Amino acid sequence: MKAMETFVAPTPARINYLNATYGLKSWLLTRDHKRIALLYLGSISFFFFIGGLYAMFIRLELLTPQGDLLQSTTYNKVFTQHGIIMVFFFLIPSIPATLGNFLVPMMIGAKDLAFPRINLLSWYIYILGGIVTIYALLAGGIDTGWTFYTPFSTTFSNSYVVAAGLGIFINGFSSILTGLNFIVTIHTMRAPGMTWFRMPLFIWAHYATSLVMILGTPVIAITILLLAFERLAHIGIFDPAAGGDPVLFQHLFWFYSHPAVYIMVLPGMGVISELIANFSRKNIFGYSFVAFSSLAIAVFGFLVWGHHLFVASQSVYAGMIFSFLSFAVAIPSAIKVFNWTATLYKASISYDTPMLYALGFIGLFTIGGMTGLFLAALAVDVHLSDTYFIVAHFHYIMVGGTLLAYLGGLHYWWPKITGRMYPEGWGRFSALVIFVGFNLTFLPQFVLGYMGMPRRYHVYPAEFQVLHVLSSAGASILGIGLLIPLFYLIWSMRYGKIAAANPWNLPGLEWQTASPPPTENFELTPIVTWEAYEFAPAEETEIVGKFHGEKVGQA
Amino acid sequence: MAESYTVEHGHAEQGHPALQHHFENMEQQREAATLGMWVFLVTEIMFFGGMFLAYTLYRSEYPAAFASASNHLDLKLGAINTVVLILSSFTMAMAVYSTQVGKRRNQIISLVLTLLLGVTFLGIKAVEYHEKYVDNLIPGRLIPGRPFDASGVHLLPGALKQNVEMFYWIYFAMTGMHAVHMIIGIGLISVILFFTARGRYGPEYYNPVEVSGLYWHFVDIVWIFLFPLLYLLGRHLEH
Repeated sequence: MKAMETFVAPTPARINYLNATYGLKSWLLTRDHKRIALLYLGSISFFFFIGGLYAMFIRLELLTPQGDLLQSTTYNKVFTQHGIIMVFFFLIPSIPATLGNFLVPMMIGAKDLAFPRINLLSWYIYILGGIVTIYALLAGGIDTGWTFYTPFSTTFSNSYVVAAGLGIFINGFSSILTGLNFIVTIHTMRAPGMTWFRMPLFIWAHYATSLVMILGTPVIAITILLLAFERLAHIGIFDPAAGGDPVLFQHLFWFYSHPAVYIMVLPGMGVISELIANFSRKNIFGYSFVAFSSLAIAVFGFLVWGHHLFVASQSVYAGMIFSFLSFAVAIPSAIKVFNWTATLYKASISYDTPMLYALGFIGLFTIGGMTGLFLAALAVDVHLSDTYFIVAHFHYIMVGGTLLAYLGGLHYWWPKITGRMYPEGWGRFSALVIFVGFNLTFLPQFVLGYMGMPRRYHVYPAEFQVLHVLSSAGASILGIGLLIPLFYLIWSMRYGKIAAANPWNLPGLEWQTASPPPTENFELTPIVTWEAYEFAPAEETEIVGKFHGEKVGQA
Repeated sequence: MAESYTVEHGHAEQGHPALQHHFENMEQQREAATLGMWVFLVTEIMFFGGMFLAYTLYRSEYPAAFASASNHLDLKLGAINTVVLILSSFTMAMAVYSTQVGKRRNQIISLVLTLLLGVTFLGIKAVEYHEKYVDNLIPGRLIPGRPFDASGVHLLPGALKQNVEMFYWIYFAMTGMHAVHMIIGIGLISVILFFTARGRYGPEYYNPVEVSGLYWHFVDIVWIFLFPLLYLLGRHLEH
């Protein structure tokens, strides 16, 4: 879709949230949700590159069957730290804390989140958790795997388990506060006329995500606290030697950590719903089904954690129930995929960068989801447990799903966030590089896992080498593909083409205010009289300007 | 898409000094604060839920050991503390009510009473903890030089000492976490008391008092569950 030339930025010297105040203090003490979103954007990008660095070491080591780059203990630390950084410090906050923080108030026509100070506090908590975790990494690292399974983590590991656990414990509160803020904002701060079923699907997805955040995160907090005390004081609630039950730890851990997968992917689904509808210029097919499937995923997501324990002494009957429920949770995800695809039918699709990411998401998420069903089947899982099949499966969801949605969303809202366009050619190019690199990295891992290559090993039989080399080659392409946006997005903040208020010509509320928006988002509170994704015929939208400043009527 | 309309902000006519810039009016602000506290309490329920789960699991696994260990707790002090907390919930409710009807003197008296009862609870709890310390019942190696020693606990048939230790660990984890919440609550109420004395709250603006009250009642309710689970279970087996 071509950027609209009819709307130019009103005046060059306009006051917006970026230039309203200057100085470090005005950023570090800001209560503006848009600035806090940018603080988060900077810090999660930092952690993403640390996590990526660890991934690079893993793929380098796995180039050869012998362990020639890292020792076993170092390798254990490298994959553990890759997991902890990526899961807790990148994937979980990625979309909610940046795009969600920026857009939830704007999309429902509010001036800010309900609790701006708590929002800022959540960023400081995130940073504090990050500092503690980085201390654990620098002091000597942690080697338990990101799952912290007992009794290894409580008794036998000689690494910095308590420090890393403390970092995650602290970080959890930032997630809880973000979720709390979103729920209250969506309930109480919607603009007049913004009914529940006029809300963009991005908001529904964030509402469902927030439910998982507030219900799940406290459980991991108490679990890690108990684990830390057990390790420090030699008290045995999980230690079988003292009458404890290590499987209790696994239950408590996965009660959060499986729903956490939905914390990561649900906001991504929200982004994709926006992209698919808006770049097809069509109302989304089955709006209420897509909206309620987000809630269904949040609810069912809490009932499937036992599929991580199929081979961990869980009763077979419990396993059967968990297996059935895990199949059931695929239904709402499939509803989304089918509805997105149906939206594309006979639509006027434009292949801008965000849409390329969205289409990539649908394909990769489908593969990730379908392979999840293999793992939900009791008998098949016995064969595939703890192999590279699982590694490939969840990377298809986490990278192929969440990361692509995050990048797609970042490009799509970049003009709104910065007031500048990103370079479209580079955008499309890097989207393709990432897609190719990603598949080359993780498709071979499905085969590896099926053939029996276990995860978390750095020495392997020589016959696996070809597939490992393919995977490592893909990882380098993926790495380069991810570096390109880093450079051109930073470049575009200064040199990009000035963006119009509504460069994609869309009905969403966030596009009805200037780019970048003023501190209060809307100079006048909007009244919503249209449905989400209600596209007028092209000629009409060009006549009726939707600028907040142009008061069409006074209510 | 239909035409877009806009309205002026509602600030001018409802300019209460406590109204934050991003809310349209006091009603919306109060609704947000109350809902926010309820959502926070949901997270607290999940937080304590992890420990209640561990309690339930091991209580059903080791009933004799848990009953033996429970019988060694000080029932009298626990019961007094229960009464103290219920009274404090009553005075807190009175504080919220007096704010809503604008009786500042009653409000201050109620808040001071709530604070005193809260501190009393913690004092009694400290006495109980000290008794456990003297009896070497602090689990694990938390206290240097005083490792856990269950020899003072009368063991019912079938009870193992290591499971008695587990009971005490759960006891300290749950009551300790509860006490941390009490301390936070006392801090909250002190702040509320400070601003009440300066006349900030009244019938127009009372949501900080109300949400602090919600929090206080929640902490109270946690204790209402802890007392029977920790102190009363298996009493009849002893006598």
